[in-house]
Amino acid sequence: MDQDAGPVVRPYAMTQGRVAPSGGDFDLVAFVVATVPDLASGIQLQPEHHAIVAAAWEPISVVELASHLDLSIGVIRVLLGDLRSAGLISLYEPPAATQPHDVDVLKAVVNGLRAL
Amino acid sequence: MDSVRSDRASGSRIPVALKILIAGGFGVGKTTMVGSVSEIRPLQTEEILTGAEGADDVSGVEGKTTTTVTMDFGRITITEDLQLYLFGTPGQDRFWFLWDELSQGALGAVVLADTRRLADCFPSIDYFEQRGTPFVVAVNTFDAENRFGPDAVARALDLDPGVPVVSFDARDQVAARNVLIELVEYVARRQYAGASA
Repeated sequence: MDQDAGPVVRPYAMTQGRVAPSGGDFDLVAFVVATVPDLASGIQLQPEHHAIVAAAWEPISVVELASHLDLSIGVIRVLLGDLRSAGLISLYEPPAATQPHDVDVLKAVVNGLRAL
Repeated sequence: MDSVRSDRASGSRIPVALKILIAGGFGVGKTTMVGSVSEIRPLQTEEILTGAEGADDVSGVEGKTTTTVTMDFGRITITEDLQLYLFGTPGQDRFWFLWDELSQGALGAVVLADTRRLADCFPSIDYFEQRGTPFVVAVNTFDAENRFGPDAVARALDLDPGVPVVSFDARDQVAARNVLIELVEYVARRQYAGASA
């Protein structure tokens, strides 16, 4: 019966209803890494922001971060946008979509797969 | 190879991640394949659709403002600096916009086929052909019955010449890995042909 009622907190409540990250979108496999301990920041952070910074001390992809913290992709993007604006994380995009994949990279992938 | 990046005084290296999509009809073995080759237990992530995407006409069902789509994904570490992410694509056609996001910058796709329900993979093949995303067709032979040769499958699917068709068992790690190798080698061949043309 509780499940029928849906989540207690509606998903986008923790983003104050925002559905797009500030400063532009980023890929599911972009890497996130925390830059400085978040106590140095003056901005108002929610528990989810702190959880992201803690989980991103070592580089982690956006999609794994979302999965580990049990946040939907859309929600985590907005929160990551906040943290990026505050200078608390860096985001590293994968190589551009239009750019053909480097032949050396493809060879490395094949060799890596063969070694599995 | 500019896949090595680093950040911070600690010198953490930032890997580069490549995406491979695992597509095909419902129940054809997408999640099984991701699970066979992933070094981590396949994880799930959710995307919640809201009115903001404009994807659904909610007139008459205004009470329902969100829909949840689940995606399975797995990971293979190639080197310290290079990771492969495998995404099982959500099956339903109305989630095409998620495919757009997933296929953006993707290395390529594996379209899984079941010869008893070959038509189920038509939408995936149409999609990747239209986007120009390289793909291989992998016939999942988990059920030994009803096998057709790769040539027959290629003809039945009206594939462009050169598109690889392989048979494999999605539960078998080595077989699933070989399908990925087939795909990456195909991508490299296409690139080489494109560069010399």
